[in-house]
Amino acid sequence: MTSVDVTVNGRTYKEDVEPRLLLSDFLRHTLGLTGTHVGCEHGVCGACTIRLDGAAVRSCLLLAVQADGYTIETVEGLAANGELHPLQEAFRRHHALQCGFCTSGILMAAADLLEREGTPTRDELVDMLSGHLCRCTGYEPIVDAIAEVAGTS
Amino acid sequence: MKPVPFTYVQAESVDQAVDALRAHGSDAKLLAGGQSLVPALNMRLARPTVLVDLNRVRGLDRIAEEDGGIRIGALVRQSTAERGQLVRERCPLLAESLPLVGHFVTRNRGTIGGSIAHADPAAELPLALVALAGNVITTLRTIPAADFFVGHFTTALADDELVVATTWPRAHAGEGSALVEFAPRHGDFALASAACVLRVKGGAVVEARLAVGSITDRPELLDVEPLLGSTVDDDDVRSLATNAANAFDPPPNLHGSPRYRRALLATLVERALRTAWARATETSP
Repeated sequence: MTSVDVTVNGRTYKEDVEPRLLLSDFLRHTLGLTGTHVGCEHGVCGACTIRLDGAAVRSCLLLAVQADGYTIETVEGLAANGELHPLQEAFRRHHALQCGFCTSGILMAAADLLEREGTPTRDELVDMLSGHLCRCTGYEPIVDAIAEVAGTS
Repeated sequence: MKPVPFTYVQAESVDQAVDALRAHGSDAKLLAGGQSLVPALNMRLARPTVLVDLNRVRGLDRIAEEDGGIRIGALVRQSTAERGQLVRERCPLLAESLPLVGHFVTRNRGTIGGSIAHADPAAELPLALVALAGNVITTLRTIPAADFFVGHFTTALADDELVVATTWPRAHAGEGSALVEFAPRHGDFALASAACVLRVKGGAVVEARLAVGSITDRPELLDVEPLLGSTVDDDDVRSLATNAANAFDPPPNLHGSPRYRRALLATLVERALRTAWARATETSP
């Protein structure tokens, strides 16, 4: 067992884990943060996307031990003080989700993209979404929602 | 999914990583960005008994100018290189390749050195490095890109050798380059890809490099003799692209027959050539 110290959504945790434990399973099973979803577990579907020191990453492609000393944000941390994040509001307005399975991953990737790139073009948004599988919406409402928050015309 | 149990070694220096490789031989596997290795671990296609994590090794995460070109530390994330001013200015072919590697989120974690050392025959960065005649700097030596890639996921690296950097020659005035690929969806593995670097002087090609990917077990350099001295007119381009594609016999796969894959390759070679020519003639003296 290896000790892991992490800050997740502003709260610190110290846990002993097996080195082979995936970060996605650590978040869901060890910490009980089930907002991060697990789909393909090989980096294709994007459902498990979280932010590690700000960078959107696949939590199924990281080991929990690798997160030692890092700051993690998951979808549970987006709504500060009970107020939805602008992206969450926009997703609701544009019907950018139905079953919600892909949503948390897309929100975390979009939050990173907008903070880093400012105002991405619609093509750049589509490009980013190529890393996230959504079987409900047909993607257009998701692009609309993120574009609205980004100020993309 | 769970990887098989392994001993986790967190290397803090290149020497520590090399020591771990020497101690455990081929039972050990190096972990960089993990965007290819961890899927293989999760599916238990890879079953190393020792995993040597390089992510906290210091000094491998820098992009620096070297001989006018750039030297990229093995642990530089693909997204960092993608946003790097030096990469865009000095090495437009690399800048064009990076957005084609995986997805926005996987590039945040995936490394340049990892992609090179993984040597996926469908990967963009090995193709770009071969097309540019760049080098792989290891703990033991400097290996020209064309000698580094040996076959499917196989490189010239010894069991106790690791990639510390790659060097990418700079683009000169009169030089144009292009890397193009076809994948069913953006971020998927390319079914075929082509990269071309041309130097044009006095309205004709004086130097050319052309490489194709995803078609055999490694990036393949093509014969460019017919291009030298030419003005890359329609007949040149078409016959060269068709001849090049017909020289390969790609096996059928889920996405296409050998005939389809050859046709695709010819189209991409033509596109890479034309684009490189157009870009070279814009800046040609």
